[in-house]
Amino acid sequence: MRLITHNMLKCHVKNCKNPDKQFPLQFKDVKLEQIEAERNDEFLVRMLPRLDWSALLKTTKELGIVIPEKVPANPADDDEFLQALHTAILEMHVKEGSMICNGCGHEYKITKGIPNMLLAEHEI
Amino acid sequence: MKLKQLEGYLGEVASFKDPKIQLEQYPTTAHLASRVLYTAETAYGDISDKAVVDLGCGCGMLSIAAAMMGASSVVGIDIDSDALAAAQDNMGALEVEDTVELVRADLCHRPADSDALELNQQQFSGMRQKFDTAVLNPPFGTKPGNKGIDVLFLQAACLMARDAVYSLHKSSTREHLIKKVQSWGYECEVLAELKFDIPMMYKFHKKKTVDVQVDLLRIVLRGAS
Repeated sequence: MRLITHNMLKCHVKNCKNPDKQFPLQFKDVKLEQIEAERNDEFLVRMLPRLDWSALLKTTKELGIVIPEKVPANPADDDEFLQALHTAILEMHVKEGSMICNGCGHEYKITKGIPNMLLAEHEI
Repeated sequence: MKLKQLEGYLGEVASFKDPKIQLEQYPTTAHLASRVLYTAETAYGDISDKAVVDLGCGCGMLSIAAAMMGASSVVGIDIDSDALAAAQDNMGALEVEDTVELVRADLCHRPADSDALELNQQQFSGMRQKFDTAVLNPPFGTKPGNKGIDVLFLQAACLMARDAVYSLHKSSTREHLIKKVQSWGYECEVLAELKFDIPMMYKFHKKKTVDVQVDLLRIVLRGAS
């Protein structure tokens, strides 16, 4: 799983309703792998407004991946920013580990790179 | 990439080892997948450089086809871990691991007090409007207990994508589906009628192969409110 997708995953356990805690899910015991991918600047700039930047910043800090604190005024012209963003959201893959909800403590496991978002019947 | 070339590559995508009938796991053929993604790209420019989501991705056929047609990022979602494991093997074999990733999730659920399936909206609330294009070959909802699942998948696709949805459906459900899509406020057209050849893969199948007539639907979300 890449961080572009982690940025879309929220805890959905029934009665876990605090929006400040159910997102972003916090990584635990992760194994990271970088898989090189072709950089597409137009795509990155288009995805920027769809990202929750503060959640991405929090997550990258936890994982030790460096991205700028703030999105620059002209991201399309900022090569350094685009490279950091590309690496962070499209090249870093979480292969193993889990994601914990800070609200209810639910643990979503990641196995062979695939996060399991399924819940037991009583949690839906 | 040429259509023949795409279909040739997709011929390498391995199918379900042990298909589960309750999940209506019928493999999307290379023939079908190549036509869906080739059309979406060459006629409408909806794949190349786009963020694509594949709902009910199974063994990953449509996801891999999207990557091959130039998608920048593809997320395949399925409920079944065996299908996802097969999809992952296929992504490795076809060398699209840098573009495609997989998520195990359930788009629908049945509330305890009801017989009818409902969208599991909470599950994908963070994915709303995060993709440009959705592609799907949803369960047709022909098995008991799955009634209406095709419409729910289509609805989820319309919520996650911003520009367009490409979806395969039984031609016999065409009028019903078009009415549904229009009731959500979107335009919908039938791009092609295709044959979905279902090989003899379940015990209840009596004939060697059965052709099911399917429609390739395109829903236009762009500019819709």
